[in-house]
Amino acid sequence: MTVTTPDRAPVAEAPRSSGTRLVDRVFKVRELAILVVFLVMIAVTQAGNSEFLSEQGVKDLLLNATILVLVATGQSLVVITRNVDLSVGSTLGISAFAAGTYLHGGGDPVIAIVLAVLLGVGFGLLNGLLVSLGQVPALVVTLGTLYVIRGIDSIWVGSRQITAADLPNPFVDFGSGGLSAVPWLALIALVVLIATACYLKHFGSGRELYALGSNPEAALLAGIPVRRRILAAYTFCGGLAGLAGAMYLARFGNVDSSTGNGYELTVVSAVVVGGVVFTGGSGSVYGAALGALLLTSINSVLPALGVSSVWVLAINGVLLLLAIAIDRVVAVRVASALRKKSAAARTAAAKTPAAKTAAAKTPVEKTPVEKAAVKTPVTKGDAHDA
Amino acid sequence: MTHPSDTGPAPVLALKDVAKSFGAVRALRGVSLELFPGEVHALAGENGAGKSTLIKTLAGVHRPDAGRVLLDGEPVVFHGPGDARDAGIAVIYQEPTLFPDLSIAENIFMGRLPRRAFGRIDHKATRAATAALMKRLGVELDPDRPASGLSIADQQIVEIAKALSFDARVLIMDEPTAALTGSEVARLFGVVRTLREQGAAVLFISHRLEEIFEICRRVTTLRDGAWIATEQVAGMTEDDLVRRMVGRDLDELYPKQDVTPGEVALSVRRLTREGVFTDVSFDVRRGEIVGLAGLVGAGRTEVARAVFGIDRWDAGEVVVDGRPLTSGAPSTAMAAGLALVPEDRRAQGLVMDMSIERNIGLTGLRTTVRAGLMDRGAERSRALDWAIRLQVKYARIADTVNTLSGGNQQKVVLAKWLATGPQVLIVDEPTRGIDVGTKAEVHRLLSELAADGVAVLMISSDLPEILGMADRVLVMHEGRLTAEIARTEATEETVMAAATGRAAA
Ligand SMILES: Nc1ncnc2c1ncn2[C@@H]1O[C@H](COP(=O)(O)OP(=O)(O)OP(=O)(O)O)[C@@H](O)[C@H]1O
Ligand SMILES: [Mg+2]
Repeated sequence: MTVTTPDRAPVAEAPRSSGTRLVDRVFKVRELAILVVFLVMIAVTQAGNSEFLSEQGVKDLLLNATILVLVATGQSLVVITRNVDLSVGSTLGISAFAAGTYLHGGGDPVIAIVLAVLLGVGFGLLNGLLVSLGQVPALVVTLGTLYVIRGIDSIWVGSRQITAADLPNPFVDFGSGGLSAVPWLALIALVVLIATACYLKHFGSGRELYALGSNPEAALLAGIPVRRRILAAYTFCGGLAGLAGAMYLARFGNVDSSTGNGYELTVVSAVVVGGVVFTGGSGSVYGAALGALLLTSINSVLPALGVSSVWVLAINGVLLLLAIAIDRVVAVRVASALRKKSAAARTAAAKTPAAKTAAAKTPVEKTPVEKAAVKTPVTKGDAHDA
Repeated sequence: MTHPSDTGPAPVLALKDVAKSFGAVRALRGVSLELFPGEVHALAGENGAGKSTLIKTLAGVHRPDAGRVLLDGEPVVFHGPGDARDAGIAVIYQEPTLFPDLSIAENIFMGRLPRRAFGRIDHKATRAATAALMKRLGVELDPDRPASGLSIADQQIVEIAKALSFDARVLIMDEPTAALTGSEVARLFGVVRTLREQGAAVLFISHRLEEIFEICRRVTTLRDGAWIATEQVAGMTEDDLVRRMVGRDLDELYPKQDVTPGEVALSVRRLTREGVFTDVSFDVRRGEIVGLAGLVGAGRTEVARAVFGIDRWDAGEVVVDGRPLTSGAPSTAMAAGLALVPEDRRAQGLVMDMSIERNIGLTGLRTTVRAGLMDRGAERSRALDWAIRLQVKYARIADTVNTLSGGNQQKVVLAKWLATGPQVLIVDEPTRGIDVGTKAEVHRLLSELAADGVAVLMISSDLPEILGMADRVLVMHEGRLTAEIARTEATEETVMAAATGRAAA
C-alpha cells in the first residue's frame, strides 16, 4: 500500500507556512479590529479624563473584565461546537453562594474555590448530557436549566445574603489585591485563557470542536466522538462559570439569590462581538476575551467621560450589530480573495510550459459561496458579492 | 454468478444477507457481497437501488437490521465510522462531507491529525502530507486554504485525498467521478490501479457505465434493494448491464430531435468577471441545445451563474429576448424567463429539510399564490406532476428531500426549475449522479423543451452527453471561450483539444 504517512512526506514539499494561512489570518483580522476599537476608546477617554488610566483605574478596568473573560472563554468553546449555554449566569450565582456559605462556616478559601468549580462542573455535565443525548436544541435545553438552577438557588438562599464581613480576610484581600496594577484574579483569567487557546489550536480534540461545529454530520463520518466532545465543552464551560462564581465572591463580597441574573446575555454578546460565529466552527477565545474586555470597559469609560450610564445598553447593542456586520464583510472579502488568488495561481502556472498540463487540471474554486451565505438563510438572498 | 478462483485469497470485507429499512422503505433486502484484495468491484443500480445504503453499512454509518458484516471472514460490528476506519476501510461518500471552516489539510486528517511530543498536533507534517497527496492526484490546492468556497469537483478531490491518506485495505468510492472531467478521472484511475496492485480491495460506484468497464473486474447489480447478480465485467456489454439494472431494455440514451433554430433568445456579449472568465460571447437560439464543455475549473459554472445574476459581472452584457439584464439580479433574470439548474444541489438547489413537494413548489410561489395565500392544492398537483414525469423515487411526496437518494435529489432540482416553464434554460451538470434510465428521460425532456422553442444551454462534464445532445458545442479553457464546434464536427478529439488548450483557438 502506498501510505502517505506524514513523517515520510518529503520536507521540501512543505509549503510556506506563513502568508498563506488564510484561516488564521481571518481570525487575526477580526481580533485586531476589536483591539483597535478598544485602544481608540481608551485613548479618547484618557484624553478627556487624565485620571482614567491611573493605577487604580487600570486595576478596576481589569478586575471588571476578569469575570466576564472567564465565562466568555468557557462559552466560546460551547459556541464553537454550534451550541450555546444560557445557564452560565445561574451557575455563577449558585456557585458564588455555595462558596460563600462554606467560607462563612469557617471553611478554607482554596477548598471554597474548588467547591465552586465542582458545582459548576456538575451543572455543566448536566447541560452537556441533556444537549448531547436529547435531540433538543441547546438554546431550549439551557434556557430550561437556567431557570431550574435559578429556582434551586432561590429556594436554598431565600432572602439570605453573604457580605464581605462573613468572609475570611485573606480571601477578600485576594479578591482586590494583585501585582501592582494587575489583579490576581486577572492573572488567573489570563492563565486559563492562554491554556484554552493553546488547547484549541494544538490538540486534536480542540480542533475537533471546530470540526463538529463546522459540519456536525461530517464530524460523525470522520469518527469524531461528537457526544463526548460536546459533553466536555459544556463541562468546561460550567467549571469556568463556577470558578467565575468564586471570583465574583472574592471581588464583590456580596452575594444573594439574584447574583448573576441576566449575565448569560452579556456573556453571549461578548463572545459574538469577539468574533466567535454563532453558527459554530470559527472564532477564537482571544477574540471572545477581547470582546469581554471591550464590553466591560464601556461601563467605566462612560462615567469617566461624564456620559450617563443609561447609554451602556444601547452602545452594547450597536457593538453587537457592528460585529455581525464586520463578520459578513470579512466573509465576502475572504471569498473574493480566494478567487483572485486561485486565478493568479492559474495564470502563473500556465506561464511555465512544464506546469501547463497541471494548470489545465488545476481545479479552481468555481463559486466562492462564502460560508456566511451558506449557513445563514438571512444572507442567502444576497450571495452575490457586491 | 461467478466467483473468483477458489484458490484465491479470502475476501477482506463481505456482507452476508444484509437487510436495512428506513421506516417503510426497504433500502436493502438480503444483499451479499464479497470484496477480494487486488480487485476493483463495481456496484451498479438505478437511483434509489440501495448502493449508498450498502456502502454506509460497510462503513459503520448504518447498522444492518439483519445479516452480518464480515471482516477477514470474521463477523464484526462497527459502532461508528471510526471503527470501520480503524479496520482499514476508507470511504468516499456520495455527498462531500467537508468542514467549511477548516483548512484542506485539517479536513483531510481530521480525527487522526498527526501528533508530536505531548500529543500536540504536528501542523507542519499535516501540511506536508497534504501537499504530497495533492501532488499525487495532480492538482494544485493550497493545503492551508479553508474548504469553504471549493467547487464540487474540488470538494470531491479533497474527499479522494482524504480516503488515500491512510493505509486502507479497502477503499469504497460512492460516485467519486460524478463531478470530474476526463483528465481528473484518468488521474484517479491511475491511483486506483496502483492501490489495486498493492493489494487493496476497491468498491466503486458510478452511473457512467464506461468507467465500470474501464476499471472494474466484477460488478454487482442491485435493483430496489435486492441483489440481482454478481458477474465478471469481461464479456458483458453495456446493454447487458443496463438490463440487469433496469430489468428491461433501454430506449435511446440520446434521443436528440432535429430542430431548426429560431431567433436568438439568449445573447451574451464580451462578458467578463475579473479573475474568473474573460471576454465570453455566444448566442443561444430558440430550439437549440448548446453544450458548454471544458475541464473542471475552466469557468463554465461561473459564466452560468453570472448570466443568471447570482454573481456580478465586471464588463459585457447579457440580453434575453432583446432585453438587457441587470448585473447581479437573479429576479430580473427569472422574470425574463431564464432558469438555472445549479450544479451544487445541496448548497444551492434544495432546502434539505423541506418536503419534496415544497421544494418543487418554491420557484412557482408566484403562480400558486391566490389572494396572497398559498394554494396548497395547486402546489401539490404541480409537484406530483413533475415528480412523476421525472420518475422521482420517494415514499410520500411530503417526505423531506434529505431522505432521498442522491440521484433522486437531483431530479427534484430539475423538477423545481422545469416547473417554471422557462424560455431560456441553463442546466449545469443536469445528469450528475442520475442513472442511465433517467438520464435518457432527462435527455428526452431537454430535447422536447428545445423542440417547443426553449433555448437550452447545457454545461456537462460528461463528454458523450455533450456530443449526443448538443446542436453546437462551446468549449472553455482557462476562463476563455476557445472554440465553437458544430454538431457534425464535434468529436471527442476536437472537444478535448480545445478544452486542454491544444487547438489553435
Ligand atoms: N436516511 C434515510 N431515511 C429514509 N430513507 C432513506 C434514507 N437513506 C436512504 N433512504 C432511502 O433508501 C433508498 C435507497 O437509497 P440509496 O441512497 O442507498 O440509493 P442509491 O442506490 O445510492 O441511489 P443514487 O444512485 O441515487 O445515489 C431510497 O429509496 C432512499 O429514499
Ligand atoms: Mg447513492
